[in-house]
Amino acid sequence: MSITIKDVEHVANLARLELSDEEKGKFTEQLNAILKYAEKLNELDTEQVEPTTHVLPITNVMRDDTTRESVGVEKAMLNAPDEEDGQFRVPAVLE
Amino acid sequence: MASFDLRLQDVHNKLNSKELSVTELVEASYKRITETEPSIKSFITLNEEQARKDAAALDQELQSGDTKRGLLFGLPAGIKDNIVTEGLLTTCASQFLHNFNPIYDATVTKKLKAAQSITIGKLNMDEFAMGGSNENSSYYPTRNPWNTEYVPGGSSGGSAAAVAAGQVYFSLGSDTGGSIRQPASYCGVVGLKPTYGLVSRFGLVAFASSLDQIGPITKNVEDSAYVLQAIAGYDASDSTSAKVNIPDYISALSGDVKGMRIGVPKEYLGLGIDPKVKEAVLGALKVYENLGATWEEVSLPHTEYAIAAYYLLASSEASSNLARFDGVRYGVRADNPDNLIDMYRKSRSQGFGPEVKRRIMLGTYALSSGYYDAYYLKAQKVRTLIKQDFDNVFEKFDVIMGPTAPTTAFKIGEQVGDPLTMYLNDICTIPVSLAGVPAISVPCGMADGLPVGLQIIGKAFDETTVLRAAFAFEQSTEHHKLRPQL
Amino acid sequence: MSQATKYETVVGLEVHVELHTNSKIFCGCSTAFGAPPNTHTCPVCLGHPGVLPVLNRQAVEYAMKAAMALNCEIATESKFDRKNYFYPDSPKAYQISQYDKPIGENGWIDIEVNGETKRIGITRLHLEEDAGKLTHVDGGYASLVDLNRVGTPLVEIVSEPDIRTPEEAKAYLEKLKAIMLYCDVSDVKMEEGSLRCDANISIRPYGQEKFGTRTELKNMNSFRGVQRGLEYEQWRQAEVLDSGGTVVQETRRWDEAQGKTISMRSKEEAHDYRYFPDPDLVRLFIDDEWKARVLASIPELPDARQARYTSELGLPSYDAGVITSSKKLSDFFEESLNYTKDAKAVANWIMGDLLGYLNANSLELEDVKITGQGLGEMIGLMEKGTISSKIAKTVFKAMLESGKLPQQIVEEQGLVQISDEGAILAIVDKVVEANPQSVEDYKAGKDKAIGFLVGQVMKESRGKANPALVNKLLLDRLSR
Repeated sequence: MSITIKDVEHVANLARLELSDEEKGKFTEQLNAILKYAEKLNELDTEQVEPTTHVLPITNVMRDDTTRESVGVEKAMLNAPDEEDGQFRVPAVLE
Repeated sequence: MASFDLRLQDVHNKLNSKELSVTELVEASYKRITETEPSIKSFITLNEEQARKDAAALDQELQSGDTKRGLLFGLPAGIKDNIVTEGLLTTCASQFLHNFNPIYDATVTKKLKAAQSITIGKLNMDEFAMGGSNENSSYYPTRNPWNTEYVPGGSSGGSAAAVAAGQVYFSLGSDTGGSIRQPASYCGVVGLKPTYGLVSRFGLVAFASSLDQIGPITKNVEDSAYVLQAIAGYDASDSTSAKVNIPDYISALSGDVKGMRIGVPKEYLGLGIDPKVKEAVLGALKVYENLGATWEEVSLPHTEYAIAAYYLLASSEASSNLARFDGVRYGVRADNPDNLIDMYRKSRSQGFGPEVKRRIMLGTYALSSGYYDAYYLKAQKVRTLIKQDFDNVFEKFDVIMGPTAPTTAFKIGEQVGDPLTMYLNDICTIPVSLAGVPAISVPCGMADGLPVGLQIIGKAFDETTVLRAAFAFEQSTEHHKLRPQL
Repeated sequence: MSQATKYETVVGLEVHVELHTNSKIFCGCSTAFGAPPNTHTCPVCLGHPGVLPVLNRQAVEYAMKAAMALNCEIATESKFDRKNYFYPDSPKAYQISQYDKPIGENGWIDIEVNGETKRIGITRLHLEEDAGKLTHVDGGYASLVDLNRVGTPLVEIVSEPDIRTPEEAKAYLEKLKAIMLYCDVSDVKMEEGSLRCDANISIRPYGQEKFGTRTELKNMNSFRGVQRGLEYEQWRQAEVLDSGGTVVQETRRWDEAQGKTISMRSKEEAHDYRYFPDPDLVRLFIDDEWKARVLASIPELPDARQARYTSELGLPSYDAGVITSSKKLSDFFEESLNYTKDAKAVANWIMGDLLGYLNANSLELEDVKITGQGLGEMIGLMEKGTISSKIAKTVFKAMLESGKLPQQIVEEQGLVQISDEGAILAIVDKVVEANPQSVEDYKAGKDKAIGFLVGQVMKESRGKANPALVNKLLLDRLSR
């Protein structure tokens, strides 16, 4: 498997990154190198191996359904780049 | 600073006998920072005003005669800048968060407050903990106190350099694939990565959630045990936190390793290892022999697959973890975007550095439609095999030892632009992270004027054995007493 | 050939139901509806750096309960996954959902349309977190983000493509709503967004096995809207096919005001949600003991009640169906039966006077004050002859408005039925004397005249005379 600039553009779009042409070229090359290195994993037969999502055997962690005080709108908005009436303001989605 | 070289118990005795004050400790810290920071650059943000207030309050407490003291009472501490501190900027060394003022404290931040240490400031790192040299800090690279032409390692490079340079008494770092141990090794200090789940991750800005752990960086093993004691323990805010009894780590430091069985993986001493590093590690093993322990070569056969598995897993998780940096609620927002999607793209592209982008790209690709099984799932399965390697060795051995890194620190700029080579520096630390087990790096010698680290790896939640082994070595050697000339 | 006979419609519904827990699914913030923007938020639901989710046990149990009530198989092992996409209402830029191990799978519910029962398959029910709310401002150039709703627990219920008509879709939703209310897991208020519905719809010529190309319909904000949206879309697709075109697979928005569906092209960007197991949440194992405990908390469901009402209480199936369609109505019915044995009479009053009144005034049962006890006691008073059916109507009206019990209303308004023969006879005499023409007519064989005379007696007694006695005494008097 080898990735092309087109793949890089697709992935950048999914990740919401804007890449310069230079970055696209560099990432295509570097990602290919890394993925080629990752092909090493195919040497291993893992058909019968369970994947490890969690390294510890912890299960069923749950909390009781009790409410806790919220932080308040002032703190919620403390870092907001753009704010209006206690809400985060964002540009409209492209229609 | 002389006072930072005192044993923790001696510092506390001096505080109690009023030979020393917390304010003096804090002033010593800032004085040292003023002197050394221009050449080291371990800090991103200093907490001077608050630290002085806190010191004064603790001095007040000393005056009151109240003898109930926190475990880390009065000790000047540095906190890696990916650990959230309410009201104190937390940037993750990223432009994206250059103005981020957290509205809550991480669990470890709360625990340090409860233990009454003093937060001196926030420490430099590779951006979002991605990197092994601190060259990926978007502000400035931290430099190795032993030779400022060299990297301090990473990603907790600021945490290791600050301790090595005597700027703080201890620091907290975070380790995902070696980010505590490798810089500790490069800087000649003690770095402990606890078992995954021992220290709460709540408030640690996530890089790779299934691997991240917070741990102490200290001058010696005893301090490491104290700091671990203060920060370990179950946290209901972290679903992956383990409900285990926390032993007394300090009293475990007996110095006795008689009969301890040490496994030494041949893979860690193989290809790519600097002969001088190997020599230092073999020298350390000799020390253990003299102390009555035995060692044998063992195999962790899947070691060669660890780096590939790690980069796929960590980058995949990172691509999702870093998606929240979208410029809506905090952090950077690009000016004058055309529309929402443009805002996302521009904000993220302006906010993230190249390594972060590269890993987001890799992770997004690995998780994308059609590739999940080939990359992410495959890597998770290989992770299982790597974990089994450790389980197998631990059936017969108490600890595993080897180098923390195959080489000593490299020169700044030497490996930039070659991500794959850079990744290979982590060959000895990454498998341990994948297995989730604890490991410590302790100084075990010098090579060409740069420190070498010995890595001691233990069974899950067996930090006591790891610390005991490390302490015994430290008691018999002088490596940890060496200080860089600054 | 008309479209209706030419094409068969195939519909599958995706329904989101908000679970009415006290706190959010992954943090302790309140889920209460209608708070000022961003006041029910904390670092966790704001998606601040470093936060971690902790699962609300009640949300899991509500989801299990809902899944069991929909006859799903409950997973023994379940887990949570991240669904990655950027949108301002999703603060982490991923939604915690369930990908391949949902809480429930392979369920079904029975619906009734035109007297026929039909089984609709349920593919899966999974648990996930709700998103925030966007308000568009500046003429659509900007949006404001309120994250109060973020993290409200949701179940997504996906049906099999078993639905064939818009009426069936509506019946399915009504049944689903009833079941959720019976289980007491959600308030199911479409106007507050606690039930939301998207539909996949396609058409195919009758006899064709392969499904046609489907479109996804969004923004249908009422049960009626779902029905109308589907009616429009099946017509639109038929028009496309009949004119030689092909249906485009796309998402379309139902525009209630214009009464049509509109293509949402901006949403056409290829979705790649990059699901993967959330490393911040651990696996969920649901053992038999836990299942049994949740199962035991499920009350009798509408189908079971309907069956019981027909078999044990002798109600017609239709009546039983109407009454059990709403838990509140059904509970009201059962409460009435604590005060009278006459189930049919209770059903008649509910189906006629009660629902008639509610429908005429667009009210819900909780908007009126009458109680089941009131209705039951009122029927008891009729059985005893204390009040006539005519008085009962007055009492019923009073109960709707005041909620008082019938005995009190009867006493306060002096509505007790007159059963005293002497008193009635006096009125009969008076009426007979005052209406000689009608008496003549009756005697001449015009039986209809008797009705007028009875009416006059009732009127004279202000409705309180026992009608049976009036009849008897009047006939006696006229045959003298």
